[in-house]
Amino acid sequence: MSPVAHPQLALQLPAWRSRLLLLALLAWLAALALRALYLQGLDNDFLQQKGELRYSRVIELAATRGPIVDRNNEPLAISTPVESVAASPADLEITPEQVRRIARLLGEDIGDLRKKLADTRREFVYLKRQLPPDEAARVVALGIPGVFLQREYRRYYPAGEVTAHLIGLTDVDGRGREALELAFEQQLAGRPGSRRVIKDRLGKIVEDMESIRVPQNGSTLALSIDARIQYLAYRELKAAVAANRARAGSIVVLDVATGEVLAIASAPSFNPNNRGRFDPQRARNRAVTDLFEPGSTLKPFTAAAALEAGTVRPESIIETAPGRLAIGNRVIHDVHPQDALTVAQVIQKSSNVGAAKIALELRPEALWNLFHQVGFGALPHSGFPGEVPGRLRAASSWRPIEQATMSYGHGISVSLLQLARAYLIFATDGELRPATLLRREVPAVATRVISAPTAHAVRRMLEMAAQPGGTAPRAQVTGYRVAGKTGTSHKPEGRGYATDRFVASFVGFAPASAPRLVVAVMIDEPPAGRHTGGAVAAPVFSAVMAEALRALGVPPDAPMDNVMLPPPDAQEIREEV
Amino acid sequence: MLRLNLVLLAVLTACALALVTSQHQARNLYVELQKEQELAKQLDVEWGQLQLEASTWATHARVEKLATRALGMRVPPASRVRVVPAAPTEGRP
Repeated sequence: MSPVAHPQLALQLPAWRSRLLLLALLAWLAALALRALYLQGLDNDFLQQKGELRYSRVIELAATRGPIVDRNNEPLAISTPVESVAASPADLEITPEQVRRIARLLGEDIGDLRKKLADTRREFVYLKRQLPPDEAARVVALGIPGVFLQREYRRYYPAGEVTAHLIGLTDVDGRGREALELAFEQQLAGRPGSRRVIKDRLGKIVEDMESIRVPQNGSTLALSIDARIQYLAYRELKAAVAANRARAGSIVVLDVATGEVLAIASAPSFNPNNRGRFDPQRARNRAVTDLFEPGSTLKPFTAAAALEAGTVRPESIIETAPGRLAIGNRVIHDVHPQDALTVAQVIQKSSNVGAAKIALELRPEALWNLFHQVGFGALPHSGFPGEVPGRLRAASSWRPIEQATMSYGHGISVSLLQLARAYLIFATDGELRPATLLRREVPAVATRVISAPTAHAVRRMLEMAAQPGGTAPRAQVTGYRVAGKTGTSHKPEGRGYATDRFVASFVGFAPASAPRLVVAVMIDEPPAGRHTGGAVAAPVFSAVMAEALRALGVPPDAPMDNVMLPPPDAQEIREEV
Repeated sequence: MLRLNLVLLAVLTACALALVTSQHQARNLYVELQKEQELAKQLDVEWGQLQLEASTWATHARVEKLATRALGMRVPPASRVRVVPAAPTEGRP
């Protein structure tokens, strides 16, 4: 085919037209290049993100709450996963028949369930939280689109009510709400983490892109508590509170060598595994957060202060006739008036007049100093939330009557934990350690409060008090020498004291030859008539001490027939309140 | 020149295929790792549940009830306890 000259090809056009076209094309190309540069290089974050959104997912990694264990690693609180049944009403496809079946499986009211599912704007509602895995699996087996499981952790407390006041509990979302669960929330909670991954179309994770935050499980909290002794203490306390029809009671057991708390219990208790019936009133750890006027359990401190100051010796005679002592317009009484008692007998028989006379010989500062040094009026720093310091007024504000009543434990308030800890100075050679609820690898540093001879002298007096002729023969333990002191006090009411409401207490330690344990018992409002520390609190001490020493394998330091109770018809030595 | 290019092309293809294979292997291994991790987590959960079960069976109150009711055990009275003092160890064969 020969080229035929098309007439239009022969047309001569001006050269600028082709240049204009070229320029326009180049400009367009340049615009595209710039745009490409902009998208690829300068503003690629946005697009990158959009792209990743198509294939990458951020997944949450749950952190388990750390367990709480006792000193022998027995679990006291453990988290274990449970399933919660949830639904997304927005993409739910369900028949009324299926709603009925779910309601039956979950044991929920069908009306409630319908209401929950009715709001189709919502994307998440819990149908029922924290089910055992097998029950939850049955719901999912129905295969209803939009109903799914959500894994959660639930806290279990194997020891139940025995450790309830100490451990506390968590709320339904796993946050500590009471007691140690609350105090050590930071340590126990751990930190949930998250991770960016690539998922394929089946939802399987195919590649790990980056770890946004590494999840950190909560760490284990090791307590100083011995679960066996805790159980013994709670069992005896509960029985005593029930038998005496008292309002409440608490008990503290301390290890003399380290100052660790081996048991701390209160009655009445509650079941921490049943969150539904939780009553904050019963959840109070009375041994730490409740104050009481200790009564005669403070007399040994008065004697110790006097021995330290050198104003008396254990065998010094104190004139106690006629069993009354008037100071200003107030009169101090003794129940069993005696003409004269030695200092040791003042403690043994718990004479108020004797204690007051010993105290009045002292400068107020001397007494205040000892009270202050053993920790009264200051927070015990045991690690428990809601500790109270108690009330110890400055010595400069004491009037003589107050100095006298303080000598036998009135006009001052302490918690049971403070009181138990203070008795460490008599159980050791006059040294005091901080009371701790956490297991210690190395005992805390002790501070000397009184001299060893004074501590030994008071210990002998306390041993006399726990024998026939003392106020607490019922505190005796077969095979062991015990030492301790009763306390009975009227409860403060308004500006004065209630006449018929008491607090009975007993603090003591054993074996007296080389003390291992301090046990302090407090019974709140035992019935009038049988309301003394010797009658109500001392038997609890005896029972707990006997079993605890046996459990710890402490060798006996007395013959097996050492317990001598006064004959049943004998008039019992009771202390004045 | 052409031959060199052909060799380079072959090398490039081999590299590309190797990359794809190793990527695939990596993903497979990752899925396996995931499975093992899941298993570890599950075992951990089971361990916790077993611990819980063990401590529930071994509750002091339960053991005590079984000992006294089912087995008829009791704490011996003081009259039936004899304390044997630790014998001095020297002088023994």
